[in-house]
Amino acid sequence: MYSFEYSKPASLGEAESAVSEDAILLAGGMTLIPTLKQRLASPDQLIDLSGIGDLAGISISGDTVTIGAMTTHGEVAASSDVQKAIPALAALAETIGDPAVRNRGTIGGSIANNDPAADYPAAVVGLGATVKTNKREIAGDDFFTGLFETALDEGEIVTSVSFPVPEKAGYSKFPNPASRYAIVGVFAAKTGGGARVAVTGAGPCVFRVSDMESALDGNWSPDAVAGISVPASGLNEDIHASAEYRAHLVTVMAKRAVAAS
Amino acid sequence: MSVTVSMTLNGKQVSADVEPRTLLVQYIREHIGLTGTHVGCDTSQCGACVVHVGGKSVKSCTMLAVQAEGADVTTIEGLASNGELHPMQAAFRENHGLQCGFCTPGMIMSAIDLVSRNASPSDGDVREWLEGNLCRCTGYHNIVKSIRAGAEAMKG
Amino acid sequence: MTDTGIGASVRRVEDQRFITGRGHYVDDITLPGQCHAVFIRSDQAHAELKSINTVQAASAPGVIAVLTGAEVAADGVGGLPCGWGITSIDGNPMVEPAWPILAQDRVRFVGDAVAVVIAETRTQALDAAELVEVSYNPLPAIIATADAVKDGVPQVWPEAANNTCFHWAIGEKEPTDKAFAEAAHVTKLQIVNQRLIPNAMEPRSAIANFEAATGDLTLYCTCQAPHAMRLLLGAFVLQQPEHKFRVVSPDVGGGFGSKIYPYAEFAVLCWASKRIGRPIKWTAVRSESFMTDAHGRDHVSEAELAMDKDGKFLGLRVDTIANLGAYLSAFGPLIPTYLYATLFAGQYTTPAIYAEVKAVFTNTTPVDAYRGAGRPEATYLLERIIEKAAGELGMDPAELRRRNFIAPDAFPYQTPVALMYDSGDYGAALDKALDISDRQGFEARREASAKDGKLRGIGFSLPIEATGAAPSAIAGQLGARAGLYESATVRFNATGSVTVISGSHSHGQGHATTFAQLVSDHLGVPLENVDVVEGDTARSAFGMGTYGSRSLSVGGSAIVKAADKIIEKGKKIAAHLLEASVGDIEFAGGNFTVAGTDKTLNIAEVAFAAYVPHNYPLPTGDPSQDENALEPGLEEQAFFDPVNFNFPFGAYVCEVEIDPETGVVEVASFTAVDDVGRIINPMIVEGQIHGGVVQGIGQALLEGSVYDDSGQLLSGSFMDYTMPRADDMPNFKTGTNETPCPMNPLGVKGCGEIGTIGATPAVINAVLNALGSVGVTDFAMPATPQRVWQAIQSARAAAE
Repeated sequence: MYSFEYSKPASLGEAESAVSEDAILLAGGMTLIPTLKQRLASPDQLIDLSGIGDLAGISISGDTVTIGAMTTHGEVAASSDVQKAIPALAALAETIGDPAVRNRGTIGGSIANNDPAADYPAAVVGLGATVKTNKREIAGDDFFTGLFETALDEGEIVTSVSFPVPEKAGYSKFPNPASRYAIVGVFAAKTGGGARVAVTGAGPCVFRVSDMESALDGNWSPDAVAGISVPASGLNEDIHASAEYRAHLVTVMAKRAVAAS
Repeated sequence: MSVTVSMTLNGKQVSADVEPRTLLVQYIREHIGLTGTHVGCDTSQCGACVVHVGGKSVKSCTMLAVQAEGADVTTIEGLASNGELHPMQAAFRENHGLQCGFCTPGMIMSAIDLVSRNASPSDGDVREWLEGNLCRCTGYHNIVKSIRAGAEAMKG
Repeated sequence: MTDTGIGASVRRVEDQRFITGRGHYVDDITLPGQCHAVFIRSDQAHAELKSINTVQAASAPGVIAVLTGAEVAADGVGGLPCGWGITSIDGNPMVEPAWPILAQDRVRFVGDAVAVVIAETRTQALDAAELVEVSYNPLPAIIATADAVKDGVPQVWPEAANNTCFHWAIGEKEPTDKAFAEAAHVTKLQIVNQRLIPNAMEPRSAIANFEAATGDLTLYCTCQAPHAMRLLLGAFVLQQPEHKFRVVSPDVGGGFGSKIYPYAEFAVLCWASKRIGRPIKWTAVRSESFMTDAHGRDHVSEAELAMDKDGKFLGLRVDTIANLGAYLSAFGPLIPTYLYATLFAGQYTTPAIYAEVKAVFTNTTPVDAYRGAGRPEATYLLERIIEKAAGELGMDPAELRRRNFIAPDAFPYQTPVALMYDSGDYGAALDKALDISDRQGFEARREASAKDGKLRGIGFSLPIEATGAAPSAIAGQLGARAGLYESATVRFNATGSVTVISGSHSHGQGHATTFAQLVSDHLGVPLENVDVVEGDTARSAFGMGTYGSRSLSVGGSAIVKAADKIIEKGKKIAAHLLEASVGDIEFAGGNFTVAGTDKTLNIAEVAFAAYVPHNYPLPTGDPSQDENALEPGLEEQAFFDPVNFNFPFGAYVCEVEIDPETGVVEVASFTAVDDVGRIINPMIVEGQIHGGVVQGIGQALLEGSVYDDSGQLLSGSFMDYTMPRADDMPNFKTGTNETPCPMNPLGVKGCGEIGTIGATPAVINAVLNALGSVGVTDFAMPATPQRVWQAIQSARAAAE
């Protein structure tokens, strides 16, 4: 790690005044700290958000589950409220990393980082969630803009994510055998506004599959998506999965996500 | 620029001046001198460094020491009390759940966190829980057996 | 059998420290005045080293020294030695290029060390390392094993034409060719045994401390063979006299072969400590381990098996290209030759075998022994081609093997590839494995899987291996440049406890328990009164260390020999004390007794008399009276050099279940029946089998070292190299038979590697059995989901 200074603001206001071009926000650190260890980032300052009490916690209001940005994956997975309202979301959280990672990693950190193989982006888009920041609200569909890119401005702080409760939802993940990140993860939801199918891991950034969504609108069943495939071009490739294999897995995982709903 | 980091480590107050870039595992091993917590990788995968922070298992190689300021931290050295092994430690010995011993501290710390959430884990529960703990010696068979036996023993 | 004696599953005495966090590994050591080293490594697979600018780094905070190959050359430090020479078919010795401890004018693999930064703290060394500027002139690299011998490819060494280190053969060509000419059926197979990375959980680590005042050099290092490390580094690299060089290897966190060898980093630390006059520590980060720990396997082979019309094996021909990497690691040349092709007889009576091996240099990490070391490659090839032959002949694969077994009464059995098998009952192991695995129930299980949309397959593998790396005389004839015996000292302390000092060195195998059991059983001393000391050249006489599943059969036998000497001397002491003649003294259960009387002395009393010799046959100084005189003390040393290897064997049955939609392979059940001779501690043996089997399954399903064409290691971390995890593995069904080994006093055979050797082909045979139903006939491991899915797609496309 390169040398940096560390601060731990006690309030959002303090955090806002601490941010600068050379500062990085530290949530759970499950991606940031390994990145720093490899000297792939050299911030002058690390702003630890864990001292801001308002940022953690889960609340249910009407048909919305709101999860504070600093809520850990473990807390989401274990929350009886989430398990009851959106079981697929709790199940998704349970597949992230390993138990020790889930004890530290947070939803805010995960979505702000927007790793192409992260799980949460599939749920945010798949459920049509709303990301709340210290400045504004951003629709889930507009939040993830590219490889490790989001709609967040420099220094903008995610405060919570609100998930509308769907009629049904399921998440199915095909993990990378080595890293256990998603090679393909598909979140399928039957919502008031229609079916949503969001895919993570397969491409540079989470994306929706409109053909599958239309098919599911007419027939919410695994068979509805079984014959629908996404083109391989533009999908990620690595030593564990070619673009063709990923494209194939999108269909398989979509079927299984619907079956799990 | 050093900062003073203090925490409760295995029930004792400790304090050391460290750079903010110091990892919790470096703090424990190099500054406090407890070497039971190991480092087996640089990508947060192997789990040899697992300790408890606030009663939960975390990878001390993926946490800064400053993040543990004021926390209650337990390492493998803090499990036995008054010379008596924790039941999970005893179960690893009884069931040959270790060979070279390098992954063992992390395994035991992870296992105790599992049992705190699931008092009677199945083989499958244990195997899934150990996703973040690598062992190259035992083939896991006897680790799973150890953890299930340890869970039974922890019921007291 | 007592509850601590031979045959008892004694709980391990070393575990107390490991389960309480009091293990003592190299990285846990901090010496006064210690500073830290960080290595600068080549990011090029092949390049001229144009310049290294160390000026800025040298003046960075805390930096003590920045050293490069120029300083190494100026100080006349030697290169890393190779411990085994191979002679080619044409009679020429292998090509043996120099391996400087820091690169001189050229780098030859990604990770090659080019400079070292030494600073007060590790963080300062890391900070300064970024300031070292290395300038390269990149050269084309050769990476792929099979391509290395082709015309026009980049050459790693000018002296090695066609990148060939040696071209070696074993067996007789003409009789083998004749067998093929007469065969009713020939099965052919092309086979790749992919490169693996050992990944012991403890990364390599070392501290070197040179004390100018005495000239003593101490190297603490992660090491399976401390004396061999001292010998090789001292004599060939550092010119440090052996008596002024101590190698200490405390607890070692796994090795699997990778911690046998003298590595460049260890030599650099020793040399640099001498230059700067301070102890220097280095611990690899995992990414360094991936790049620089010696890799394993990496063969490409073609094989043919000739059979008569009844499936009787007539001949086997094998042609292999083995990748040695960029430099010759200490035992690199041994692995694809005498540890490999000598195993081609397997458990079978194949009368004619001929194999050729071309060993090649490439711009990759050097390759050496990794658990099994040559024997897995041989067994994989043989057990795959037999299973394929069974398919072609329409025979049950287990029965085809049975038809070709060496009979239990045929031992000792001379194979056509140099080895003389000691003992075995292969049919008994197979019967037991078929029984434990419920072979009969397989078809029903296959149908049940099919109902779930899954493809189920069964595969067999009947491994045999040569363990107990020794005997020195044979090893010497075959090219070894060292002996392969083991030493032991059994020391009675005055108050009756025993210190056992062995030249072996446990890195997880539980020597402290098994060796204590041997001594406790042999000398009748309570187990808790026996302590085992290993891993320090200053404490044990000599030793060749732990690898090749040798510690019990060679090291344990040395202990028993030393214990026998203790009994011999003890009888003389007891005869004196009991006023009887030596010939009348019997020893049993820890007591010396005058035959036919109740006059008896415990061995602890005898030991006490030996150390407090008030009533003792001390020499008088008058030679005429001193015929039966004894020296005080009760301590004996022995060296054991067996007359042959020993040959453990097994019968493995694997069932897999494949999801054809995703290609995911699950090991549905795994049965391992092993015969490792007499068993001292069944719990420890079973643990060795479990661990070995998982490494074998790992190769079959998960692991593989992947380079891109330019020589960058793509599988360079646990994020990309798939390590077996708990949820990848099933619980195992194990069984043992005990056919005693006649080659050592304990009747034991090695058990450390057979699991790895046997598991891989069983799994792949099961995968192919499952995939046969969808038309897949061949498959290159590891059977990752993607590869399995692709194989299914290709087979379907071909069928259409």
